[in-house]
Amino acid sequence: MKVSVQTQDFDAGAELRALQRDPKVGAVASFIGVVREVAMTLEHYPGMTEKALRRIVDDAAARWQVMDCTVVHRTGALEPTDQIVLVAVASAHRGDAFAACEFIMDYLKTQAPFWKKEAAGWVEARASDDQAAERWK
Amino acid sequence: MKVKVLYFASLREQLGTDHEEIELPAGVATVAALKSHLRGRGGAWQRALADGKLVRMAVNQDMAQPADAIQAGDEVAFFPPVTGG
Repeated sequence: MKVSVQTQDFDAGAELRALQRDPKVGAVASFIGVVREVAMTLEHYPGMTEKALRRIVDDAAARWQVMDCTVVHRTGALEPTDQIVLVAVASAHRGDAFAACEFIMDYLKTQAPFWKKEAAGWVEARASDDQAAERWK
Repeated sequence: MKVKVLYFASLREQLGTDHEEIELPAGVATVAALKSHLRGRGGAWQRALADGKLVRMAVNQDMAQPADAIQAGDEVAFFPPVTGG
């Protein structure tokens, strides 16, 4: 299980291939979040961010068969089309991989201490993100 | 008792500080009590931490509820709802 908070970009292909090395893996589901339309700066709470992400990954692994998992989240200045986040889950079958990937993303959105700031100001949290996380309870 | 308090994102900007060490008066023993104590400074503190403002809190880097206890040496953080991903 890999959790990384970093300013540099990531190679999604290399990250996905790294999850396919175990011959028992039959499915890798992934999500990439991308900067849409306007430049932003991402601030985070060093220490808590990694701790929160690890807890979310552990919770996913307790609910579904997760053989391996990678979460990479960038911080700092990002431009439109830049990658922000990668969540990838390896499992034996697609059902567990899809579900765990979506769960991790939904909880990351509401529990991991990142904040986006655009030229117009700080991005407001959305109620729809809270609702997305609530449905897993 | 002494605690370390951190502020992030819009709260950090409104309050003009990202961290401080505070010696708490006796009786301030929960996250809610600390928030109320800080509000008592008035001005930007009163506005940014007002009831009704969405402020999230963490104790020792775990999300916390208002009634959660704080102890000497704890790291307490205040920040707006998160917007990563």
